[in-house]
Amino acid sequence: MWDYTDKVMDHFRHPRNVGAVENADATGQVGSLVCGDALKLTLKINKETEVIEDAKFETFGCASAIASSSVLTEMIKGKTLSDAAKITNQDIADELGSLPAEKMHCSVMGMEALEAAVQSYRQGGKPVVFEQEAEKIVCHCFNVSEEAIIKAIRTNHLTSVEEVTFYTKAGGACGKCKGEIQKILDKVNSCAVPATEQNADKKFADLTIVEKIKRLEQVLEEDVRPQLNMDGGSVELVDVNGLNVKVRLVGMCSGCLAADATLKGFIERVLKEKIDPAITVEKA
Amino acid sequence: MKLIYLDNNATTPVLPEVFEAMQPYFMEKYGNASSMYPLAAESHRAMEKAREQVAGLIGAAHADEIIFTSCATESDNTAIFSAVRSFPQKKHIITSAVEHPAIMHPYQYLETQGYKVDYIGVDAQGRFNMEQYKAALDDNTALVSVMWANSETGTLFPIPEIAALAKAHGALFHTDAVQVIGKMPLDVKSLPIDMLSLSGHKFNAPKGVGALYVKRATRFTGYLMGGHQERTRRGGTENVPYIVALGKAAELAQKRASGSALSKMAALRDRLQEGLLKAIPDSKLNGDPEHRVPNTVNISFGYVEGEAILMHLNEYGICASSGSACTSGSLEPSHVLRAMGVDFKFAHGSVRFSLSESTTQEEVDKVLEVLPGIIENLRKISPFSRFAK
Repeated sequence: MWDYTDKVMDHFRHPRNVGAVENADATGQVGSLVCGDALKLTLKINKETEVIEDAKFETFGCASAIASSSVLTEMIKGKTLSDAAKITNQDIADELGSLPAEKMHCSVMGMEALEAAVQSYRQGGKPVVFEQEAEKIVCHCFNVSEEAIIKAIRTNHLTSVEEVTFYTKAGGACGKCKGEIQKILDKVNSCAVPATEQNADKKFADLTIVEKIKRLEQVLEEDVRPQLNMDGGSVELVDVNGLNVKVRLVGMCSGCLAADATLKGFIERVLKEKIDPAITVEKA
Repeated sequence: MKLIYLDNNATTPVLPEVFEAMQPYFMEKYGNASSMYPLAAESHRAMEKAREQVAGLIGAAHADEIIFTSCATESDNTAIFSAVRSFPQKKHIITSAVEHPAIMHPYQYLETQGYKVDYIGVDAQGRFNMEQYKAALDDNTALVSVMWANSETGTLFPIPEIAALAKAHGALFHTDAVQVIGKMPLDVKSLPIDMLSLSGHKFNAPKGVGALYVKRATRFTGYLMGGHQERTRRGGTENVPYIVALGKAAELAQKRASGSALSKMAALRDRLQEGLLKAIPDSKLNGDPEHRVPNTVNISFGYVEGEAILMHLNEYGICASSGSACTSGSLEPSHVLRAMGVDFKFAHGSVRFSLSESTTQEEVDKVLEVLPGIIENLRKISPFSRFAK
């Protein structure tokens, strides 16, 4: 038996704003019968002020899914669209007192429906179904993208695969993607805020040496080594001097006839693309 | 509010006679059954009496074929690992696709250890696919483990036939019989069953005690390694009070299983089933209506979610369970319903009612009175309700 707060039970027993807004200005949907929960959110929006004047929902799902949807409609009514769009799944859970960890995905569903509704309004009111980017799907059972998993990890400070499952459902069915989820966790939590965001406005040349090394290491790890690994090789960062980067090819790459091509044509190209076009790479 | 308890497949209350029988073994007769003084002998005798009672319940030829365990999960794990360790050269094992996790997970583990595993499927009514089973069996099969009755739908499998085929191929046969105990008479001595698991709390003993039946002359390797208890087949100081309770509960269940109370219970179950299917559109029965334990009915209500149904039933004191994803830690609807190919619009909205001998018509009628309204209200807020009839 889940330990639901009184507020969850109240919204479940007496859901507010059930139904669909007539002539809705925005319709956002998420989920399906297959997934076991689904939410359709319709909004009436003042075109002048962009204030949400009315919000209604229809939900197929458990008690916490119904309560999350109901409380969401109360939270967004009277807010401007841009303020409403800032609401996170944690805000929804907080408004309800709390949700059991296993049920956090219900609050995520509310956030996703809202995201779809905002998009719907921007597109002239045509209903929008929240969709994950197909090319980056990690969990194929529940259709969860890498982006959605990273977002859940960041927003909610998740540290284990189990928690990711509770929040996004990813890994909750066949479990085959659990290894991949662990890798995403490792990646996100090893550099809580990626250098790209942190130093986006700073030029490579202006970074401190430690920042430079971190930045280079990140790109090497994410974009270079996986490719080299496939051929049984890898690359080590040896030195950084201004815009000049010295590396050593290791493993199968070290004696490879195509080593020069790898160095200039691949590693240098990637670093120029991802960090700074002025970077040059040479053999240590 | 009076509780209407219709979840007896999940657990049952300890009966007063059972509680009375176990009580002295906590504070007065606390001897370790292995020790050498009269206090200990008393514990030992009580335990051996319980062994007779459990043997009687399942129709075992000898009391020494009963090994006491801590639960049916332990019994199931013990049976599976004993079978594969006893026949190390055989690398194939068979089970059904609708087993309890206590069978499923050890099988999946053995699959990762190089075992070839066949999970025999079921049809839309949950009936065992005998043809698939016959084709899967071969002389390399170490073990066939198939449940007697399904906990979610109550569907009974033809265990005598399944067991006989296993034996014909030289495989060991085990059955998880947790859901048939006290619901029909059993006679394992006349059947080719090598091992059988049962759980005390499903028939009015406390939680935390179970048993494994191992037919004499069956190759056996213990699971919990420890002292010489249970003739070295299960290490660990015997839980005397709970074993006494299991014995008493077994004696009572044996009487019930051959009495007239079962047909009365089946009649009430049928009343509930027919009433719900008639009153609620887009509802369907899950399971085999003909071969089923007498206390269980599982019905799916389309376009609504099971946990939400249960939460509303709670408001009337009605306890039932659901195969919905949301009621378990898992996020998928019941693997049993999915193995039966139940459509997703129905899979999330299943409710299981499991009755006991003390269930009354008044209680059943209360469910019939409130459930149609609950389903209607949930459909009103469901975005899929427009698909419903």
